[in-house]
Amino acid sequence: MSVLDPLVELVRGLFTSGKMMFEKPVTFQYPEQKREVRPRFRGRHVLKRYDNGLEKCIGCSLCAAACPADAIFVEASENTDEKRFSPGERYASTYEINMLRCIYCGYCEDACPTEAIVLGDNYELSFYDRRSAIYTKENLLESVPATAMLTPQKVDAGVFTRSVPEMEDPRD
Amino acid sequence: MLSDWTLWLEWFIKALVVTLALLTGFAYLTWYERRALARIQSRIGPNRAGPFGLLQPIADAVKLIFKEELTPGRADKFVFFWAPVITLVPSIIIAAVIPWGTAFNFFGRTVTLYVANLNVGVLYLMSIASIAVYGIVLAGWSSNNKYAMLGGLRSSAQMISYELSLGFSFATSIVLANSMSMLDIVDAQKGLWFVVVQPVGAVILWIATLAEVNRAPFDMPEAEQELTAGYHSEYSGMKFALFFMAEYQKMIVVSAILATTYFGGFLGPFVGQYPLLGPVYLFIKVVVLLGVMIWVRATWPRIRYDRLMSFGWKIMLPLSLAITFITATGILLAQELNNQMYFWAIPVVSTIIGLFTVVFVYRTLRRLPYERA
Repeated sequence: MSVLDPLVELVRGLFTSGKMMFEKPVTFQYPEQKREVRPRFRGRHVLKRYDNGLEKCIGCSLCAAACPADAIFVEASENTDEKRFSPGERYASTYEINMLRCIYCGYCEDACPTEAIVLGDNYELSFYDRRSAIYTKENLLESVPATAMLTPQKVDAGVFTRSVPEMEDPRD
Repeated sequence: MLSDWTLWLEWFIKALVVTLALLTGFAYLTWYERRALARIQSRIGPNRAGPFGLLQPIADAVKLIFKEELTPGRADKFVFFWAPVITLVPSIIIAAVIPWGTAFNFFGRTVTLYVANLNVGVLYLMSIASIAVYGIVLAGWSSNNKYAMLGGLRSSAQMISYELSLGFSFATSIVLANSMSMLDIVDAQKGLWFVVVQPVGAVILWIATLAEVNRAPFDMPEAEQELTAGYHSEYSGMKFALFFMAEYQKMIVVSAILATTYFGGFLGPFVGQYPLLGPVYLFIKVVVLLGVMIWVRATWPRIRYDRLMSFGWKIMLPLSLAITFITATGILLAQELNNQMYFWAIPVVSTIIGLFTVVFVYRTLRRLPYERA
């Protein structure tokens, strides 16, 4: 420490902040310019489908049970081979998430036995009233490439008897 | 002479121009500050409203006008209403004595580029600048809020402490110019800006004006962490906007004063031939000085209150006293002994004393905690 330090340090501070003026701003011009989310980002939920278009959700309500904010409501109904929504006995006839309650903890994702509910990368959730904050099954369900893959499907009897698929060890 | 209606009209137009320039200047100073601060903090700042965000001040003004105005239940309604006005008015009328040029020929009529050339211009500045503190104290007192009250009191204490060194550094330039008129002070700087003759005086004036307009690092009256927002905690809507306006206009005005008293005012190349260049030079100098103020705000942390006071009384006041004494002595010796060497001793000796002061500050900072009283 030298004698002129009170002065030197002040000037050094000014120099440091002045240098910053020539650095590129880190700002993203949001609505036009969007930032990629991280691979494990937890955004709005998505209800996944199998490759043939059947819903992965079997209406077991484990997500609703796991939800610490009590944001999820599931109502299950019986599947038939004439009108099949998902493999196994039951499917979710009502699936609602209240986005005002959801804390994006991802416990529903962990609880799901079929990996049906996944927290996606959509973070643009804003609504004008409380009613539109409740996302229904129509909003959450993944879209399908072809209309033939939409549920309910008419399938052969005795093919989709198992609700929970054979799964590999989880990755990522 | 006073019956000449064109003269009245000229005065009126010039006063209007100054007022409007300050009002727009305030609006664009907020924009300037936000953009500059943002750049220092690796951000962009307001850039949405209009090109480069230039319409942002207008959007802010519209917002403030339509905001709800609250008056605290047990506030002194009369004083509460008038305090912002008392703060704002001095910050506008103080600009009257700042010359922004000499005179130019307007269709055969000589129009002077200043509202008033008072022979006691600097005295006027000093007195008006200290009136502004009344508004702040009254705002703090009438809000019926202890934080606002503390903010107002801090502000007045700070202004009284720094007013002295402000006065002495003004006195230095008065001595150098041998006149109290702002125009004469600028004229005296034709050959040499006073900042060259008396650099320490310029620094003292700059620090004192920072304290005077409650800017960082001396923004104790508005210390958010300690006093919520200080004296304007209870103000909202347009009344708050008036305080905001007063603060930023004072920033502009003190920059103009600093430019006038130490940095040559409206002087610059070719200003003799084209007097209309004067306002341009003054504008450039003011913008640069304001930029430094913003830069300082982005850099230096707020000084502790007791340090602020002891810095004002124990360092700034003796230093400015010494500076004034040295300047006066140097000029007197140069005149009496007819030797310019004594005049050039002024910057040398004052710089040495200024550095000695820094050493003194260093010693007080280095004192061990148990040694502090």
